Amino acid sequence: MSEQHSSPNQAASAAFEAEIQMPSIEHPLREAARMFARNKAAVGGLILLIGILLLTLVVPFFYTVDPFDLVWAPLSPPGTENVPFGTDYLGRDILAGIVHGGRATLAVGGAAAILAVIIGLSVGSLAGYYGGWVDEVLMRITEFFQVLPTLLFAMVIVALFKPSVATVAFAIGVVSWTAVARLARSEFLRIRSLDYVKSARSIGSSNRRIIWLVILPNAMPPLMVQATLAVGGAILFEAGLSFLGLADPNVMSWGFMIGSSRDYLMDAWWTVTIPGIFIFLTVLAVSLIGDGLNDATNPKLRER
Amino acid sequence: MSANDDILLDVANLKVYFQLPRKNFLAKASQVHAVDDVSFQVKRGTTLGIVGESGSGKTTTAMAVMRLTPVTEGAMRLGDTDLVALEGEALRQARGRMQIIFQDPYSSLNPRVRAGAIVREPMDLMNIGAPGERDARVAELFGKVGLRPEQQALFPHQFSGGQRQRVGVARALATQPELVVCDEPVSALDVAIQAQILNLLRALQQEFGLTYLFISHDLGVVQYMCDEIAVMYLGQIVEHADRIPLFTEPLHPYTWALLSAVPSADPVAREQADRIRLEGDPPSPIDLPPGCRFASRCPFAQALCVQETPPLRRIRAGHAVACHLVSDDGVPPQRQS
Repeated sequence: MSEQHSSPNQAASAAFEAEIQMPSIEHPLREAARMFARNKAAVGGLILLIGILLLTLVVPFFYTVDPFDLVWAPLSPPGTENVPFGTDYLGRDILAGIVHGGRATLAVGGAAAILAVIIGLSVGSLAGYYGGWVDEVLMRITEFFQVLPTLLFAMVIVALFKPSVATVAFAIGVVSWTAVARLARSEFLRIRSLDYVKSARSIGSSNRRIIWLVILPNAMPPLMVQATLAVGGAILFEAGLSFLGLADPNVMSWGFMIGSSRDYLMDAWWTVTIPGIFIFLTVLAVSLIGDGLNDATNPKLRER
Repeated sequence: MSANDDILLDVANLKVYFQLPRKNFLAKASQVHAVDDVSFQVKRGTTLGIVGESGSGKTTTAMAVMRLTPVTEGAMRLGDTDLVALEGEALRQARGRMQIIFQDPYSSLNPRVRAGAIVREPMDLMNIGAPGERDARVAELFGKVGLRPEQQALFPHQFSGGQRQRVGVARALATQPELVVCDEPVSALDVAIQAQILNLLRALQQEFGLTYLFISHDLGVVQYMCDEIAVMYLGQIVEHADRIPLFTEPLHPYTWALLSAVPSADPVAREQADRIRLEGDPPSPIDLPPGCRFASRCPFAQALCVQETPPLRRIRAGHAVACHLVSDDGVPPQRQS
């Protein structure tokens, strides 16, 4: 270790030389995939989500019991013959509800989250980047949506139109974009004054280029987390609307299952707990993936 | 060839005011006079230094020249181009002719872009050279600034401060600019690294015939780098001189104060130095006092100084000063004692 004749500086620079022996440049997507694969929690989340997607998209073709059919004695506990997850108060098969109801839950959650992120990101980035009167106007609109009681507003939207997967997703998206907008605005405000944004302007980047290619990637980490939270929030919101009986009564969903069985929580725990566990697992999987994506696309978190 | 041909940057009566938000809707809108009537010229291939303390408007001047901050009033010409009038695509195209090196190498490089791409981007945006030759040009620029070609693959956080500043220099040179604005390019660096970067800047100036507008608060750095120096105080130039007369016979009391604030390692020089210590802070750039802006801190101030603003007067070739008390033949104010 101790080479007497080499000064600390030489040693340090030798160490640096060794450090910068980089492999040739990988494609960014490949590299991000490699980094993602190294994150055990994220891979676990991905496997979990794939499992849930298989369960809700593929398994229905094999497990063809109609979730609305009355198949067994009402309130049979899990493990009863033919109904492994038990039945609800009408004798409907809970396993069939899980298998067939996941699609609507995921569709509403995903669509609502995407809508919330699109609206929130557009409003927040324009407000933060341009400032001035653009910011004033957009933030007043955001505040308007923020002070509305979200559940009530979503209920009004769903009640105005016919309850369907699309209107429920729209209603949830429209009431939940404000958090994304506020976060995007604060990130854009912070980053737009950094020197590398000035530098981007001084080498002739257009506003559009600066917003999309310079600021947005650097604003991504908190936004990515917020987006995954939005997916979770939207799934829970859908459950809440279904619980209140505002979802499409002809479409089975996990939230609908919880909502319709709410009176039996004390007597038949499985009727609400089992769909609840699946909602929990889905939200968890999406959050883990979001976290992993964030780390994988951030060069600073890579080891050298 | 007329005399004007060798003037690259001509700034006349530049004013940059920042509007402050009104305290209430009845209050008068107030403004910060960040740069207030500043004029200077930079000859092609030379370096003009702008020195001053924090808040003197030197960086705002640089940003105005780069058209990165709105100009309130005044004229700026780069060669034959009117910089103030440029807008839209014409401004975007003209940006390639002037580039900037920032103070903080940690915030001036996009952390998500590799060093090679950072240097290549200006060429892509400004359409400089054939696309196929740009990679070779990036490698060449890396060599010019003392980085190894394989370091193009690294992200900014994998470099040290000095190396990051080298990347910043390479990016600034990528568009083959005529004017390079150096906004305190070494003040965030270690002293040993400062010398390397300064030597690099000088070597590049020689090689490419670059013109520098060099912003700094460090007189030692300015003395090393600049041909001419303008001293700014509260948004105005108080003294503008060639390098040697500014350091050997400074005329403005504020320049004296700056020079006597330079720490010296030589104890004899320290004893002999006729120091001017400034007390207090500069007045607020929002509510400017009438008369000379330095009067409130000037040890020589007289009644005239707080009434009339002194104009920037030419005392002799290559030396101008804005002080009532400097005589026309260049005798600085004398101590009363």
